[in-house]
Amino acid sequence: MYKYDTYDQAMVDARVAEFRDQVRRRLDGSLTEEQFRPLRLMNGLYLQLHAYMLRVAVPYGTLSSAQMRMLGDIADKYDRGYGHFTTRQNIQYNWIKLEDAGDLLADLASVEMHAIQTSGNCIRNISSDQYAGAAAEELVDPRPYAELLRQWSSFHPEFMYLPRKFKIAVIASETDRAAMKLHDIGIKLVKNDAGEIGAQFYVGGGMGRTPMIAPMIREFVPLDQLITYAEACLRVYNRYGRRDNKYKARIKILVHEIGADEYARQAEEEFAHLLGQGVEPPIAELERIKTYFQDPPFEAGAPDTLDRSDPDFALWVDRNCVTHKQPGYISATISLKPVGGIPGDASADQIRLMADLARDYSFDECRVTHAQNIVLPHVRKADLYVLWQKLDAAGLGAANLDRIGDIIACPGLDYCSLANARSIPIAQKISERFAAQEKQDAIGEMKLKISGCINACGHHHAGHIGILGVDKKGVENYQLLLGGSEGEDTSLGKITGPGFDEEGIVDAVEKAADVYLANKQGEERFLDTYRRIGIDPFKEAIYD
Amino acid sequence: MTEPQLRFRDDEVVSDPAVTVDSFGDQSNATAVRIEPGDDARALLPHLDRLRLIEVNFPAYTDGRGYSAARILREAGYTGELRAVGDVLIDQLSNMKRCGFDSFAPDHPLNEADAKAALDCWPDVYQATTDGRTPIWTKRHG
Repeated sequence: MYKYDTYDQAMVDARVAEFRDQVRRRLDGSLTEEQFRPLRLMNGLYLQLHAYMLRVAVPYGTLSSAQMRMLGDIADKYDRGYGHFTTRQNIQYNWIKLEDAGDLLADLASVEMHAIQTSGNCIRNISSDQYAGAAAEELVDPRPYAELLRQWSSFHPEFMYLPRKFKIAVIASETDRAAMKLHDIGIKLVKNDAGEIGAQFYVGGGMGRTPMIAPMIREFVPLDQLITYAEACLRVYNRYGRRDNKYKARIKILVHEIGADEYARQAEEEFAHLLGQGVEPPIAELERIKTYFQDPPFEAGAPDTLDRSDPDFALWVDRNCVTHKQPGYISATISLKPVGGIPGDASADQIRLMADLARDYSFDECRVTHAQNIVLPHVRKADLYVLWQKLDAAGLGAANLDRIGDIIACPGLDYCSLANARSIPIAQKISERFAAQEKQDAIGEMKLKISGCINACGHHHAGHIGILGVDKKGVENYQLLLGGSEGEDTSLGKITGPGFDEEGIVDAVEKAADVYLANKQGEERFLDTYRRIGIDPFKEAIYD
Repeated sequence: MTEPQLRFRDDEVVSDPAVTVDSFGDQSNATAVRIEPGDDARALLPHLDRLRLIEVNFPAYTDGRGYSAARILREAGYTGELRAVGDVLIDQLSNMKRCGFDSFAPDHPLNEADAKAALDCWPDVYQATTDGRTPIWTKRHG
């Protein structure tokens, strides 16, 4: 994985010093809270309901074991012993003191980590495919491109005060595991007819209160023009994105209002201009970054079989592991969704254990997924049983990847100052209702996503089943959506009708699952059946 | 004209009044103009050779359009004074300078020591702009 050189380290160290100075000026009163707010946000520090929340960047979701261990230590030292993995492949801590923030950032910097641009109206942490470098069907490893974009977007002088936040995802497989088309910019690496690799740009997707699927803006950007094209896209947005209404300020609104063709034309014009300005890094820089993402030293001829005699282990393998490009290896997902748990939460001890397992069984590497789980990307099949036993003993053995218990949920009203309703208790109740293995198995692949407000941090628009918490005259109320998808077949869910209370929404989910089971044909997933029969049979059952 | 508090030029301060972009076209002798956030900086490109001062107004520091305006002017070869005016604060100085501003006239005077520290904060830079700094990418590959 990527390693900082002295330049990268100096930049992160400078940021820590800068932030310490900003905190000093805030505490001595020379910065007002209003002036300080965007500065702390650009360092990932939010003022939430009970305390400061700090969001740490995990670029493209990749962590070394030393970094993972530090995340566990930080949970103990500065928080209440927990970390919360997020849908941006980041981690956040919910109980941080402002006076501690500088020391926390210094601890992060000691393991080549930071909280730079994890909030604020700037380019955020770049996300990617959690199986990058391991997936059997990927064209190339997308992470070197994401790293190049990380460096370009870090402290970009022109784009720190955009109309609104800006999220970029990079993938390189036909299977989309990063919700690429639901980003401000989604980049898919592709091969053209001449056999060259280039970047396909999708611009103007997003969730929030106005969900939109990004249209393709350019089919192929040559790799030696990648940064220049991205810069052109951002400049058009910075100049013409709406600033009169924060709810219409994302780039998706600009692209929608002027049309994808017109946006593409403007980006193309700016691109032509910028090509003459020397903003592109030398192509040697991409080659340099790529050397950090070479395959780990896989063992040739590693045994490609598994002893499946333990049925619990066999179940976990079937649910949580996926094919690796290297024979004898497998990618294993550690589910952070135990029955009745808080989706994405891990204790300091669990985080440190996962760090040890990454070191011992996965070439020192682990990944955070946007579904709030952890992946050990490169596990020898011969080691898998021992690994699973250790996970299971630590309460990390849930066999429910992409099942109904594998719920994405935002922090909701339990922590977030923007939320209208709680998300976590709904997730806990649903996972308890469907705890029985036979029930989960019968329902099969199910992506259930819960947001506690219209900002959609829990990706409810993109859930096969989505739940949106709203405030209805001071009472929490939950709307049900059906038919969303974040994959390569991206679609947005539709609201079934009037909302429900806390118990009612769990019942409604069960009724929707029953309609699927009654109508399922062959190997259809819930989503396939929904797309075939439409929303009406579900409505009838839910509201009868 | 707004008197700059910080200025990184050796020539004489331009004291001509800055006209609006709209009226600039009709005033063929004006040498100073002020850009508001909604103005298109490219409207000035045909006239750069007679401009000695361009002020870019930041009514609110959170409105970042002025950064693009500044870069566009420098990229087009403008060498006159480029002054950030309005809600200009310590923590934006460094990025403004990177985008091509070479003088600053904040609404409220800045603490000079803090301003200097903020401007000296970054040992290096990742991106190439017209400010003359060599990006890290270039240094790495000599």
